[in-house]
Amino acid sequence: MNHVMPDHVVPLRVYLLVFIALIILTAITVQVAYIDLGLLNTPIAIIIASIKASLVVLYFMHVRYSEKLILLVVFVSIFTLILLFGFALSDYLTRYWIMLPIR
Amino acid sequence: MSLGHSAASSPYLAHHFEDLEQQKTSAVLGMWLFLVTEIMFFGGLFAAYAVYRTLYPGPFHAGSHLLDVRLGGLNTGILIFSSFTMALAVHSAQLGKRRLLILFLTLTMTLGCAFFVVKGIEWHHKYVEHHIPGPNFHFDGMQDPKLVQLFFVLYFSMTGLHALHVLLGIGAMLWLVVLAMRKKFSKEWYTPVELVGLYWHFVDIVWIYLFPLLYLLGRH
Repeated sequence: MNHVMPDHVVPLRVYLLVFIALIILTAITVQVAYIDLGLLNTPIAIIIASIKASLVVLYFMHVRYSEKLILLVVFVSIFTLILLFGFALSDYLTRYWIMLPIR
Repeated sequence: MSLGHSAASSPYLAHHFEDLEQQKTSAVLGMWLFLVTEIMFFGGLFAAYAVYRTLYPGPFHAGSHLLDVRLGGLNTGILIFSSFTMALAVHSAQLGKRRLLILFLTLTMTLGCAFFVVKGIEWHHKYVEHHIPGPNFHFDGMQDPKLVQLFFVLYFSMTGLHALHVLLGIGAMLWLVVLAMRKKFSKEWYTPVELVGLYWHFVDIVWIYLFPLLYLLGRH
């Protein structure tokens, strides 16, 4: 392997834009929480949080400019989380003898 | 394999690495693997939250309503701003600007402390209002107090574990400031700054999920 690439210095403008985007998304998630969207409120909150998390991972944590190996590790962590949530919830949500009080 | 100029000359290069680039990539990879274990650590709590909230939405909404959105929102802003100053600290380290590095690290630590103070105020409110799980827990309302208490068990374990991470992050930055003052970092080598930066951003991400899930659920 050849490692001669110099460290990637991210322009300050990018950090500033990401910061502004994170603040705006926080304001949006607070506003949306006060609107009744039925069962959609939680998924929307999680999607906005995930957009914010992706911005932090890609730019603040430099994953966008890193080796593919680091990206692989990031995906592995998401994958293991999906396994954890998927198996736990697929069990609890399908226990017909538990009365699921959906709202 | 070529003998890079850095391999022969750099005092920062450990003998088992080919060059500084490879050395740094290895450190960053190691840090990311550690973060994966942290993600699963917090993930367990988030999964418990998901299961119990699915089973008891009413009591969870009631518990969430007892939290202060303004203080939670303020802390979200503080932590996002601290992530920004941390990114600027790493940026300064990359350019070898020692004074700016110390400045931004100090700023990030101060914001971390501010986060902790706000969290302390919130926890104190909870103590005064008897919302801390245990024999003194008290809840007046339509929902079963035992199940509202379950929400607060998760609230305190999740925000508590997160606050512990904030505290450790502040400690790590203090160590970085000492190293920076002793002129240990250079454009060539600033790996600890980069790694603590990754850790701090991870702590920020955990809060990015905690805030809507704990404070904002069922606000409508």
